[in-house]
Amino acid sequence: MSNYKIPESLYYNKDHEWVKIDGLKAIVGISDVAQDLLTDIVFAELPEIGKELKQFGTACVVESVKSVSDVYSPLSGKVSEVNKELESAPEIINSDPYEKGWIFKLEGVDEKELKNLMTAEEYKKFIEKEGH
Amino acid sequence: MLLKTSLNNAHRKLNARMVDFGGWDMPVVYTNQIQEHHAVRQKAGLFDVSHMGEIMITGPQALDLVQKIVSRDISKMENFKLKLTVMCNENGGIIDDLMVYKYNNEKILLVVNAGTRPEDFKWILKYAGDFEVEVKDISDEITKLDIQGPNAQKILQKITDYDLNEIKRFNFTEILVAGIKMIVSRSGYTGEDGFEIYFDNVAAEKIWDKLLEIGKEDGLIPCGLGARDTLRTECGMMLYGHDIDLDHSPLEAVYSWVVSLDKNFIGKDFLDRQNKEGLKRKLIGFEMIDRGIARQHYPIYKNNEEIGQVTSGVPSPTLGKNIGMGYIKTEFMQPGTEIEIKVRDNFVKAKIVELPFYKKED
Repeated sequence: MSNYKIPESLYYNKDHEWVKIDGLKAIVGISDVAQDLLTDIVFAELPEIGKELKQFGTACVVESVKSVSDVYSPLSGKVSEVNKELESAPEIINSDPYEKGWIFKLEGVDEKELKNLMTAEEYKKFIEKEGH
Repeated sequence: MLLKTSLNNAHRKLNARMVDFGGWDMPVVYTNQIQEHHAVRQKAGLFDVSHMGEIMITGPQALDLVQKIVSRDISKMENFKLKLTVMCNENGGIIDDLMVYKYNNEKILLVVNAGTRPEDFKWILKYAGDFEVEVKDISDEITKLDIQGPNAQKILQKITDYDLNEIKRFNFTEILVAGIKMIVSRSGYTGEDGFEIYFDNVAAEKIWDKLLEIGKEDGLIPCGLGARDTLRTECGMMLYGHDIDLDHSPLEAVYSWVVSLDKNFIGKDFLDRQNKEGLKRKLIGFEMIDRGIARQHYPIYKNNEEIGQVTSGVPSPTLGKNIGMGYIKTEFMQPGTEIEIKVRDNFVKAKIVELPFYKKED
């Protein structure tokens, strides 16, 4: 019943963030389900570069007109880059959550932690069970 | 179990996102909250607000009872007019803000907030015994729609023979619309021209569908409570449970204009005293200078001292900036004063501005 885009090559957590392993770095954003649940995103408070994040710890915040939502980091690591474009155009997260709407990059990640995340297939089942 | 309006299925058919709003299953957004907001400012929007309460007071002493329980003097008010007012307890706390629809001195309709409706009804009944009146909560029979925006009149006119030019701002009448008997008032909660219409639940889907169908060519779309919130905030209109509540008096809120201290009503003694002693805190409007959205309960600071709290805060789609309201110590309330709002771990700069943020040009 859901028409959400769930790209195959990414890993997901139950709070609807995705992570993509890109060599030694990881790219993080929120999933199509998350952007749809939030509706119009009007503000993104990006994490500070250099901030050390724990797996599933709070990384930053995105806000819709109506609500404030934490973004959790799918992996542990150090924030190495943030998507500055979101400061002036946070709505990119709505229109393109997996490409232009990425939120931050992590370095020093441990791929062993991926086992705590869902594959695209598992995530699809998870959101169906949740009724999205 | 959430309460449902007669249009619950209609909202679901439109794929609205539903939320629990004061115990009611209500549409917060249909497609896009910002588009819905702009539709009301530029064309027209349709809101289902049937969760709101309607309490009818009839009898020889209807006016006397209402005069006792509301803060505003409605004795000289003409028939078929409506006025905004508040109901206070003895300590000046606001039980609710409400609209008084006066048919005549013996028939008065009170339109109240959904969340406060049970308490309102109890409160009114507590005093009704002293008067020759009948008090009836008719909310469960009534569907209430708000059609708001510059094209509202043109659209509604298509399905009634009554000349809507006859209904001036803050006036109401009972007429047939699409063959259904309705109360129609020229009023609303958006700062735009528009109407609030009340009719029997039986016709709910018929009227809802009809309005959306005939209004389409004039840009009418269904709008959720999300857009309603940004629209009212831009106009500095207060929302119960956010900007007004039992802990604040109407004088501290921006409601001194609905308080008539030259008549007797519940809470008057307290308000008289508060008025003479001077206010210690007051509801103000602010706009953000730095990036950030202030939300309810965020603390407000000046010179590292906490001076108050945010009650409402939204991005304003019309003005393109982030705005909000909050109570602060009166010594800092001068427009232009820079303040800081604690947004999570950061202190974000804002400045006090006059309310309303937005006013429609006549």
